[in-house]
Amino acid sequence: MFSYCTDPSALQGLAWLSCYLTTGNHMLFYLSFGTVLLLLAVTAPAALLFGFGGALAARSRMTPLRWFGRIYTSMVRGVPDIIFFLFVPIALDQGLEWLRSRVYCDPSVPVRQGNEFIVCAAAKLPLSTSPEWVHQLYGIFLAVIAFSVVFGAFAANVLHGAMNAVPRAQLETAEAYGMSPRQVNRRILIPQMWTYALPGLANLWMILIKATPLLFVLGVEDIVYWARELGGAKTRAYAYPHPDWRLYYFLAILVFYLLMTWGSERIFDRIRARLSAGQATAAGEAMRKAAT
Amino acid sequence: MKKIMLAAAALALTTSMGVAQTVRIATEGAYPPYNFINDQGQVAGFEVELGNELCQRAELQCTWVKNDWDSIIPNLVSSNYDAIMAAMSINEERKQAIAFTENYLPPAPSSYVALEEGANLETGIVAVQIGTVQASHIADTQATMLEYPNIDQVFAAVRNGEADAAFGDHEVMRPFVEDSEDLIFVGEQVRLDEGIGIGVRQSDNELREKLNAAIGAMKQDGSLNELIKKHFGEDAQTYE
Repeated sequence: MFSYCTDPSALQGLAWLSCYLTTGNHMLFYLSFGTVLLLLAVTAPAALLFGFGGALAARSRMTPLRWFGRIYTSMVRGVPDIIFFLFVPIALDQGLEWLRSRVYCDPSVPVRQGNEFIVCAAAKLPLSTSPEWVHQLYGIFLAVIAFSVVFGAFAANVLHGAMNAVPRAQLETAEAYGMSPRQVNRRILIPQMWTYALPGLANLWMILIKATPLLFVLGVEDIVYWARELGGAKTRAYAYPHPDWRLYYFLAILVFYLLMTWGSERIFDRIRARLSAGQATAAGEAMRKAAT
Repeated sequence: MKKIMLAAAALALTTSMGVAQTVRIATEGAYPPYNFINDQGQVAGFEVELGNELCQRAELQCTWVKNDWDSIIPNLVSSNYDAIMAAMSINEERKQAIAFTENYLPPAPSSYVALEEGANLETGIVAVQIGTVQASHIADTQATMLEYPNIDQVFAAVRNGEADAAFGDHEVMRPFVEDSEDLIFVGEQVRLDEGIGIGVRQSDNELREKLNAAIGAMKQDGSLNELIKKHFGEDAQTYE
């Protein structure tokens, strides 16, 4: 990085540290914070969408759809997260490769041969020839699906509860005005349910932030991977030998997560205040009294 | 939307490109000097240099993949990559699941490391890396075995007193012991394996033959011995 970094063994103190902290693998470590933020940025809306779909399905008047919604939420919520995170990416990867192998390969060759799972080169996902970042992105993509399915189920439950919490009188009034069920949903139910859903969703967001180290379990090179890799004792085979420093790296990650959750809390406080205004809830009532 | 786009991109990639074969080689990246992540964040070490040379000789396109040690065989079997070069000793247990090329390193000694000379190696607590030949060996002795996912944590266990001694590949432990002021080699060295080879799927005879030919050629012209000496020192075991 800096011009004086060419011979690390001759450096001392701060100069050594400044070179050490700007090596290529440290840059990858800093970038991996971006991976975590990217995962959060993609997963949170996706999970909310899954949850919304699940909640609406669970309330649906069509019986199969209602069953689907109920089964989805209760099944996913009833399985330990980590089992799901291990299961979904492997199942999805092999499922997609199997589908592709039926199209691109000779269908008479089975994909399972003894203990091996083999598809022909054209059906590989991603292709062996594709560059490393495609493989990485594909891994993150599988992780996003796994996270969205799991957190979507929890979100569905929260939203389902919130929809039931909207006072019946509100919906009845809308019906009295002659709104169709869809209009009631869109104009009254959904805008009002957020204030009831927010505490549950805020909780879920916190759990989602704290679940991101599971990326490491899925083989994505996230901050935990790099902290362990960089923090481990380095012998003279490396340019920057040092003893076991995992403690400091994990401390940095700890601070990162604390900052993330602390910042989220503040943002949620603001949203909560905004959503409670004018609502027939205790918080809304307190705000009305404070204003007068 | 993003999913659809990704899927579409993946489909487009497959249809437009021909089927040029690329061999993906997995390594652990945490086992210096065999393989490690260098300061640029890339895999480096003896096996990376050797693997690239072998691929060149066998006229294969090779790329490297990092994979944790404990899932390195299952992921080979499920075709996430095509070969393993991760200081994997050839033994009967592993031959049940995967196939090996001929060895590219002669059988290497394994050693005990402890904080003091009198450490109890027979019936004490010995730390090993999970799923290694050393772990199988300790399981057959009277000692209590503690397993860790990587070699760093094995040493950490000895330093903080969780284990009386560590047992592992001599060449991997040597730099750690020489660098440290507290760790020493104790007891006698043990020879466990049939050397280190490249792991491939049992059905992948074509790749194994190509790699075998390349390894054979490198043994023949002495370039493999030079590479071993470059990474493991002048005293390292070489081929006759």
